[in-house]
Amino acid sequence: MATTAMAAAAISATPSTVKNSFYACNNHAPFLSSCRPRLSFHHRLSSSPLTLPSLSAPKYSPIHRHCAASASSKVDASIANFHGPCYVLGDNIDTDQIIPAEYLTLVPSKPDEYEKLGSYAFIGLPSAAYSTPFIASGATKTGFPIIIAGANFGCGSSREHAPVALGAAGSRAVIAESYARIFFRNSVATGEIYPVECERVGLWKECTTGDIVTVELGENRLINHTTGKEYKLKPIGDAGPVIEAGGIFAYARKTGMIAAPSN
Amino acid sequence: MASLLNASSSAIFGAKKELCVAPCSSMAHRSRRHASNKVLAVMAPAQSPRTPSASGSVKHAMTMTEKILARASEKSHLEPGENVWVNVDVLMTHDVCGPGTIGIFKKEFGQNAQVWDREKIVIIPDHYIFTSDERANRNVDILRDFCLEQNIKYFYDIIDLSNFKANPDYKGVCHIALAQEGHCRPGEVLLGTDSHTCNAGAFGQFATGIGNTDAGFVMGTGKLLLKVPPTLRFVLDGEMPNYLLAKDLILQIIGEITVAGATYKSMEFVGSTIQGLNMEERMTLCNMVVEAGGKNGVVPADEVTFKYLEDKTSKNFEPVYSDDNARFIQEYRIDVSKLEPLVAKPHSPDNRALARECKDVKIDRVYIGSCTGGKTEDFLAAAKVFLASGKRVKVPTFLVPATQKVWMDIYSLPVPGSGGKTCSQIFEEAGCDTPASPSCGACLGGPRDTYARMNDPQVCVSTTNRNFPGRMGHKEGQIYLASPYTAAASALSGYVTDPRDFLM
Repeated sequence: MATTAMAAAAISATPSTVKNSFYACNNHAPFLSSCRPRLSFHHRLSSSPLTLPSLSAPKYSPIHRHCAASASSKVDASIANFHGPCYVLGDNIDTDQIIPAEYLTLVPSKPDEYEKLGSYAFIGLPSAAYSTPFIASGATKTGFPIIIAGANFGCGSSREHAPVALGAAGSRAVIAESYARIFFRNSVATGEIYPVECERVGLWKECTTGDIVTVELGENRLINHTTGKEYKLKPIGDAGPVIEAGGIFAYARKTGMIAAPSN
Repeated sequence: MASLLNASSSAIFGAKKELCVAPCSSMAHRSRRHASNKVLAVMAPAQSPRTPSASGSVKHAMTMTEKILARASEKSHLEPGENVWVNVDVLMTHDVCGPGTIGIFKKEFGQNAQVWDREKIVIIPDHYIFTSDERANRNVDILRDFCLEQNIKYFYDIIDLSNFKANPDYKGVCHIALAQEGHCRPGEVLLGTDSHTCNAGAFGQFATGIGNTDAGFVMGTGKLLLKVPPTLRFVLDGEMPNYLLAKDLILQIIGEITVAGATYKSMEFVGSTIQGLNMEERMTLCNMVVEAGGKNGVVPADEVTFKYLEDKTSKNFEPVYSDDNARFIQEYRIDVSKLEPLVAKPHSPDNRALARECKDVKIDRVYIGSCTGGKTEDFLAAAKVFLASGKRVKVPTFLVPATQKVWMDIYSLPVPGSGGKTCSQIFEEAGCDTPASPSCGACLGGPRDTYARMNDPQVCVSTTNRNFPGRMGHKEGQIYLASPYTAAASALSGYVTDPRDFLM
């Protein structure tokens, strides 16, 4: 499919760029997680203005991850958008399909293993049902910044490796009918991927992998440019304050539960 | 069907439901599944917490889960939907999630930070142990370094991988080790970096699985922000037939409410049948709560619980029980005497079918192990079937005891009715594989050299907990989840088999 090929080509140019910004702020301490995580969703989004390509020449502009300091500057959520080709899945996509157990020896808080996890995202999907690979052969990042799924996404294990793998692979948001609770919780706590719920049951059946979509968080709206359809998204609900603050640690600091890190 | 919450009087604000116990064709099951998404009563919308003075609220009766969380959050009363900071009694982690949790702990609290309580963290290597995978082995080393640095009291270490018995501290599967070592106590809050942490709900406590980030937070603070779940109540009555086990009960329930039927909810199991279950059977029941999407499962503590705990813990505990007029969003009544042995067919734990209706499914192997189906009672059950048959298995039959204690029981406990034979003797006579080193084993596949991993697209009957594609290794593997009775019966015939073929 032309879109996928272009997306793949765009992505193949990405790794070194991401890597440069990534390792630039690595303080080389052992076992410390990368300085990438713990950014608030809003902070990450706003630091990388997206170019909206014209409909005739769809192209995925990869989001560069900036290793800014912790979420000190809050950004207006209404300008937070995701855009690009979507990857479409059905119901009950479990954590073994997102990141099979044999890869769980990788420790997400180690930067190089974090990246490796990303390269294995969705490798557990049966090829018969999902003929387009989430990550193109030879690539380590995905060409699909947005995932569209059915009900009970992320069911199964509590492994945080699941949302981490998706985030490390370069996806930004999942739009699903519903989530399994541990996966949802882990997505919110880590800030790796934005777990959005859609109003429409069966949304995934109206989308095809490769469709160009825009997710407008501020407007609670999903636009499928390829089909011309628009869908309502649900507001984030109780998880909102935690995501707004930047994850469970930032929220706890904000509400006075814990102090800032000592070093 | 009741829809709005009547705060003062109604005990149950959802409809009571008789579970279908007659055999259902797959078509009916599918349409029921769709229907049940619409039929389930919807609880009142979640409300933000209000101070009692602001709301003037009347104190309501609470469920067990609500009471445990209320006490743990130092509140006199809680409503489902509230988000509260909860004091944690025990935090568990293992070799797969421990290193990541430790990484987050150090990053967020500082390289020199101390854990909140060195006696409340239990670190149990169990997942990828008996493997030559270097990263897996390194992960156990990471745990050891941290435990030494923090002087963690409970670290069930393993150093000699060639002989599990040479490791006096090593236990095996975390959830069973937690129970056997006395870390599960009624009324407490136990969190673990594993989805089957809900296993401990069998002790009448709040136990649920969390991710690395949440666990890193607990490691430093001893608290976590939790949302209070509403409760689904399952009343199981009737005499347990001698061909059924707790695994059949939970497969029945998951098949009924689907893999998302209990999402964000607590599952409470009561009734005469439950009272008649031993602790290991209660664990099997609560273990698979997560397979229905459940946040936690609970069985009220009783004499069976207290007896089990007698020689395992000297800590004081205070059980809690649901109030008589506590509110449940739905109540299900099950007449256990009407149930039949079940399987969950590939590829979902809710793909329920009668074992006898799958008798033409030829199988390639049988796996008896895991926290769900590798406890002492599970092996005694399997031995019972092999003993009743007297024949040899027709397919490779893998036995993976959950812990060292289970392994020892297999080699020492006499099997009732066998004239003094141990499980191990009966297994050997039946031609099963020699019981393996205790660990999670192939329940979740694991590194390629894991014992009994499914590396080819085969059909397996397993006493484990999940059968999504690729769960035990190969993406095209077909896994039928079943009780130890059904697994043993299937091993003997080479097909999915109802254990009544041997037990009656």
